[in-house]
Amino acid sequence: MNIALETMLQLCILLPVLSAIGVVASNNYPNLREGLTIVTGLIILSFTISIYSSLGAGETIHAQWGEILPGLKLSFSVEPLGMLFALVASFLWPVTTLYSIGYMRNHNEKNQTRFYACFAIAIGCVMGIAFAGNLFTLFIFYEVLTLSTYPLVTHSGSENAKKGGRTYLAILLSTSIAFFLLAILGTWFVAGTLDFTPGGVFGANVDLTVAGILLALFIFGIGKAAIMPFHRWLPAAMVAPTPVSALLHAVAVVKAGVFTVVKVCVYIFGIDLLGELPSTQALLYLAGATVLLSSIVAMRQDNLKARLAYSTVSQLGYVTIGALMASSFGIVGGSMHIVMHAFGKIALFFCAGAILVATHKTQISQMRGLGQQMPITMVAFFIASLSIIGVPPTGGTWSKWFLLMGTLETQQWIIMSVLLVSSLLNIAYLLPIPFRAFFPGSQVEQIDNEIREAPLPSLIALCIVTLLCVVLFVYPQPLYDLANAILVNPAGAIQ
Amino acid sequence: MLTHLPILQVIVPLLAAPSCMIIQRPILVWLFTLTVSGLSFLISLALLQQVMISGAISYELGGWAPPWGIEYRVDELSAVLLLIITFVSTVVLVATHASISKEIAEGRQSLFYVLYLLFLAGILGIVSTGDVFNVFVFLEISSLSAYALIAMGSGRRALWASYQYLILGTIGATFILISIGLMYQMTGTLNMVDLAQRLPEVAATRTIFAAFAFFIVGVSLKLALFPLHVWMPNAYAYAPSVITAFFAATSTKVALYLLIRFTFTVFGFSYSFSTLPLQPLFLGLGLLAIFAGSATAIYQQNIKHLFVYSSVAQIGYLVVGYSMGTPEGLTATLLHVFNHALMKSALFLALAAVIYQVGSAQLKDFRGLGHQMPLTMAAIVVGGLSLIGVPLTVGFISKWYLVMAAIENGWWPVAILIVLGSLLAIAYVWRLVETAYFSDPTPEANPVSEAPLAFLLPLWVLAGANIYFGVDTRLSLHLAQAVSQSLFGVSP
Repeated sequence: MNIALETMLQLCILLPVLSAIGVVASNNYPNLREGLTIVTGLIILSFTISIYSSLGAGETIHAQWGEILPGLKLSFSVEPLGMLFALVASFLWPVTTLYSIGYMRNHNEKNQTRFYACFAIAIGCVMGIAFAGNLFTLFIFYEVLTLSTYPLVTHSGSENAKKGGRTYLAILLSTSIAFFLLAILGTWFVAGTLDFTPGGVFGANVDLTVAGILLALFIFGIGKAAIMPFHRWLPAAMVAPTPVSALLHAVAVVKAGVFTVVKVCVYIFGIDLLGELPSTQALLYLAGATVLLSSIVAMRQDNLKARLAYSTVSQLGYVTIGALMASSFGIVGGSMHIVMHAFGKIALFFCAGAILVATHKTQISQMRGLGQQMPITMVAFFIASLSIIGVPPTGGTWSKWFLLMGTLETQQWIIMSVLLVSSLLNIAYLLPIPFRAFFPGSQVEQIDNEIREAPLPSLIALCIVTLLCVVLFVYPQPLYDLANAILVNPAGAIQ
Repeated sequence: MLTHLPILQVIVPLLAAPSCMIIQRPILVWLFTLTVSGLSFLISLALLQQVMISGAISYELGGWAPPWGIEYRVDELSAVLLLIITFVSTVVLVATHASISKEIAEGRQSLFYVLYLLFLAGILGIVSTGDVFNVFVFLEISSLSAYALIAMGSGRRALWASYQYLILGTIGATFILISIGLMYQMTGTLNMVDLAQRLPEVAATRTIFAAFAFFIVGVSLKLALFPLHVWMPNAYAYAPSVITAFFAATSTKVALYLLIRFTFTVFGFSYSFSTLPLQPLFLGLGLLAIFAGSATAIYQQNIKHLFVYSSVAQIGYLVVGYSMGTPEGLTATLLHVFNHALMKSALFLALAAVIYQVGSAQLKDFRGLGHQMPLTMAAIVVGGLSLIGVPLTVGFISKWYLVMAAIENGWWPVAILIVLGSLLAIAYVWRLVETAYFSDPTPEANPVSEAPLAFLLPLWVLAGANIYFGVDTRLSLHLAQAVSQSLFGVSP
């Protein structure tokens, strides 16, 4: 049983990469190419689900791929937080592929083979990050993820796309090499190990100043978590085709960032030490500032994808806040928000892409009255917006609830008010879009009767993710159990 | 036979060089040279194996006992350098025939191989001899052939570049000769081991101090350590393309070898690091080299210039590791010697392939090459990622050890500067990648196809090595640590 699970764990990382080779080989057969991607996605999903169900039985799953430097192995292991992330990513990959089929073909994109191949490699990296057994392994996959997503960002090859790609790569590579790598080296030097250990790797007598500096290096170095001032890459990455923005820049890449932040807080520092560090409070306020400022910037964006991107920056701040609060509610809320925001934001991006394919409109001001022609899309947009805002009956309610509980528990009143104000700002920048689509008022533009809903595969994908936003409200228990197990029972088993 | 390996290592290419004149047909000369280089590689492998098992090998030339006769001495450091040099030489030679057929007139091609083998013999001699005057002789053999090789580059600028190098290279060699003369005057010996024993008696004299200072300046010139690097960019950029690949991977490494050999073995570690302010000097210049070299590289339009300036920066990393004066720092430097040889030979060989197909290495000519020459450009990407220090490439391993060594020394600011320096590499590498992959070729450009196998085979051996040794570090790390231990073991 255990061996089978270990094989599955390794296949989760290897299969997407292998499927990339298959994708390149089936260059001339689009149906085969995309079929292969979906089948691989479904296999990975079944693997992650099997691994998940075995966690309950108390199995420990490890795998090792040899030693790169003395003491630094490429190792993988399963723990609740990584499981959570792997489940989300592996579920959303086939769904996004379904969506891409409709989007890429109807939008007549070039180089679709390169697109699907890089996409598959990126997913393999995400799996590697989710299951990484030590910081070294995580870092390797983190860097490869940046590189494999760069061709996706510059996909169109236009001057604008190249500029976006440059910003993307410059910020993500610079922060990871300048700060993240330095933090890892520092940790290795101070603690002597990089293995993710429940309760942290630093002993009791670690110098608090040094550890505090390391924490700051980690938070800035993990550029994928988009903490200001290193958030510029995310709006820049919006030049990518919409499925890329949807899966990678609302789920896989950005969540890999905040996932790493939570993982470092819980398994490298340990929340006990985290609470004592001199830099934690300052970083917490920085995350709070990120949440507020990017919400305000989001309100001023007329381009829909840009608005969603700034909204993502803001929502990522929530997860970082959850991690840095160093309390059990904070960790639960933060890790649940990884999932809840993933479903909400991917649905919103799917809507943005559907509107683009159907109407070729990118600006919000052009979308008045669109509800009549694209009712399904705009209803989905409405529901997903509710989830981002965090009101019932959507899943976002729960994560925000636990985050607020966390602020109460740690008596972070300023952070609490940041979260509340930010929710109001969410309403202000998200809800007007579906409202004006359905109730355009008097200044409606001439209605174009040619416009219909997006292609069927895209629409199906859109409905699946929107439905899940609601399902996660009604049935959040498994998710809560996983999130709760991170601190309560980090060895793996779920009671 | 086996006992004669140290001299065979040098004498085989040295004797083979004039033989090239007899064989006139270019393809035959090429095959002959390739065989000789391959043989040298096998000899270096055998030497390395012997040294690793039984320690340093001493060979008495002509049967004269060491202090009086000339000694060839191959220890761990020499053996590793010999291996790197002969490996790169052999791999680069595979592509040489195709490459020079377009760059050098047929009548002069056998001359090219003569010079190539003389240069090879020269640098192998520097590394394997245990006699300081012999070092100078081989230094001149290699330098003179290098000037001539560079002058063979196409275009008249090659002549000027070669002349520039001739002047500065001669100054460097003369300084080293002065240093050797002063040491001989004070001790009456030229044998390195003997010198190491006799120098402490006269260490306090001003003469030895002067000898040391002359040596450091001379070798820094040869090493192209910032700001004494001015000869290098043009010399390498206008030389025949394969020569650039060979020189960039070996020539500066040999100068570094001399630096390590003289400061550790001849003068001794404690003298070297306490008499002159060697540590702050090399640390400062090394850091300056990293930033000045990388920053200059960003603005180059000629890609050959770009990567040569990148070499200036990489020499900075080598010198910073050396300046730490700790076994860890030296290990990092030696690892980087190995790794940098792999990166730069791969990159310059890829440029040779581009020049063969496109006829130029200007940035604008790279437009659209990502699709037209996918395998060549992919190799450039691998080499470029390695320069940046991305995980799973050799560059990452070097950087990891270098930063770790700085941290262990307590040099946190240096560690930060090292990682910041590698950010500049992103800038210059990515300008090239972006042009090659995301720009459409200019309308007037001729359609280009992939380079022939003669380029792709050696190119991907090197690019593959960049990845292989970035994942499996056992060999490179073991060698670097063995060398570092042996050097710190000898000196107190």
